[in-house]
Amino acid sequence: MSEAVIPAPAAKPATEQSPARRALRRLFRRKGAVVGLVVVLVFVGMALLADVISPYDPIAADWGALRGEPSAEHLFGSDELGRDVLSRVIHGASASLFAGVISVLLALLIGIPVGLLSGYAGGLVDGVIMRFTDAMLAVPFLILAIAMAAFLGPSLTNAMIAIGIAAAPIFVRLTRAQVQAVKVEDYIEAAHAVGNSPLRIALRHILPNIWPALMVQSTLTIASAIIAEASLSFLGLGQQPPEPSWGSMLNTAKDYMSEAPWMAVWPGLSIFLVVLCFNLLGDGLRDAFDPRHRD
Amino acid sequence: MTNLLEVRDLTKHFTARTNWFGRPVSFVNAVDDVSFDLKAGETLSLVGESGCGKSTTGRLLLRLIDPTAGSIRFEGRDITQLTGTALRDLRREMQLVFQDPYASLNPRMTVGDILAEPLMLHGMVPAGQRKARVEELLGLVGLRASHARRYPHEFSGGQRQRVGIARALAVEPRLIVCDEAVSALDVSVQAQVLNLLKDLQARLGIAMVFIAHDLAVVRHISQRIAVMYLGNIVEIAPTAELFTRPQHPYTRALLSAIPVPQPKAARQRMILTGDVPSPINPPSGCRFHTRCPFATDLCKQTAPAMETTSQGHSVACHHWRELPVAAPLPVEGDSAGAARLARLQARFTETASQS
Repeated sequence: MSEAVIPAPAAKPATEQSPARRALRRLFRRKGAVVGLVVVLVFVGMALLADVISPYDPIAADWGALRGEPSAEHLFGSDELGRDVLSRVIHGASASLFAGVISVLLALLIGIPVGLLSGYAGGLVDGVIMRFTDAMLAVPFLILAIAMAAFLGPSLTNAMIAIGIAAAPIFVRLTRAQVQAVKVEDYIEAAHAVGNSPLRIALRHILPNIWPALMVQSTLTIASAIIAEASLSFLGLGQQPPEPSWGSMLNTAKDYMSEAPWMAVWPGLSIFLVVLCFNLLGDGLRDAFDPRHRD
Repeated sequence: MTNLLEVRDLTKHFTARTNWFGRPVSFVNAVDDVSFDLKAGETLSLVGESGCGKSTTGRLLLRLIDPTAGSIRFEGRDITQLTGTALRDLRREMQLVFQDPYASLNPRMTVGDILAEPLMLHGMVPAGQRKARVEELLGLVGLRASHARRYPHEFSGGQRQRVGIARALAVEPRLIVCDEAVSALDVSVQAQVLNLLKDLQARLGIAMVFIAHDLAVVRHISQRIAVMYLGNIVEIAPTAELFTRPQHPYTRALLSAIPVPQPKAARQRMILTGDVPSPINPPSGCRFHTRCPFATDLCKQTAPAMETTSQGHSVACHHWRELPVAAPLPVEGDSAGAARLARLQARFTETASQS
């Protein structure tokens, strides 16, 4: 019997891998997530380069091309004032994405500190914060956003503030639940045992460990916030005319559905695509961060 | 010799249930009237079955949880009431090694960061020299300097436990509490880690409270042993004394449960019946009376006080004088565990010298 050659065990990867980098690698292995990411990035690029790539000025009226069908000159057609729909969709992307991202950042800014305090302190503080959060969560997200936007007055900035505040309770809840799960871990007790202050434990030990869940929720909430912004603009509470926004474009388009359907199709399709892709990305992130996955 | 640690009547009741108004109505008596001393550089083991309050005692000593009653003096200073900064300063003197090496290291920090943190918190080493000190600590527990850049998930259980020990050593403490520090490890790795602890203790003169349920492990490492049952210390004695002349019926039962490597060895087994009673409603009198073969009416009514039987040997039993002399373990001085450990030690030094 010949001696079998036993292959040497596979060498350890040369670089040390942080948990974040491993999660990223798992993310890139998911088709849906990659498609979502690419489309989102395309829209972000569109929003950033709007002035450069859009063929026309989005608010310049052209009385010679009222409700013009899609053509070589106006690829997506033109609207009731003869403005180029493609240019308006491109510029509308910045309003939508901006509203989505800024309002979620605002929600995080409120939600994380309050949630950390609630979850970490517990007791009476937690009780008071949670009853308040429950009360806010009892009102549907969109209704709350609309009420607040109406109260603050119609403008894109106010719409973002309203959406951000309306979305904050979700993040308070999530942060609190995650903190409660993480704070009983041995490594948090170990952090106490070596002499960390409570504030340092919250920021340096708990926060990095709940980041993944917050990131997933943020991505999914950006999608909801974009829909909320479109709804507010549709109702006239968001982006003010003549500045373009997908929601307000839909509002005007609804009066011309049979004569000029392209006025509604393109902004509607954009909302659909962006929201779908943010959701795909969020799902991908959730899977990538799932601790049960091994690679 | 003065005592490093003096624990008197330490008690911890956890709230089991509260009424509608949030007032506690029933308690878990996790630790009740526990008293003992610990000298500098000494190892005391706390043994007992799950739920007997050993881990709670360990955490009380470190002030990670607050006692309901009783006092803890560290180097003569009462530390029972310390809070805030004073309590955090105390962390420099006493440290904890955890049972589960997979849960006790922050998965999002590199090993280097984990070890540098205590140095930074206590201002022990200037920022520029921390890296060198971290590497020194890694060397102390038998890891390589390059391991500092890795994350905990890249290590095996034994290596992680070494990291946990290095973290405890980083602040140069006077006392380390090892909470089942080896029970989550493979037997071969257990021996390595135990020897490491023993060696470090001898070199650095650290006192240790070693919490365990494996008597073979305890015998190997400790100078004295305290046996706990349902929140009480029932017997405390020097290691050799406890193994040769156990007094308390519960200690005898524990010792008779140690397996011996002689199939036909004639031995007197003492098998307990029933389960450990609930610590929410502990039995009256002696807490062991529900399972004790020698229990009398006295035991049901009055809790026994700690009595000294000989030098350094105390027992909490009404009848210790009348009980039959316990049969010595068949393989005195060479019990199953000791032999097993000796073999593993030999093997460990072999592999250690190779690497």
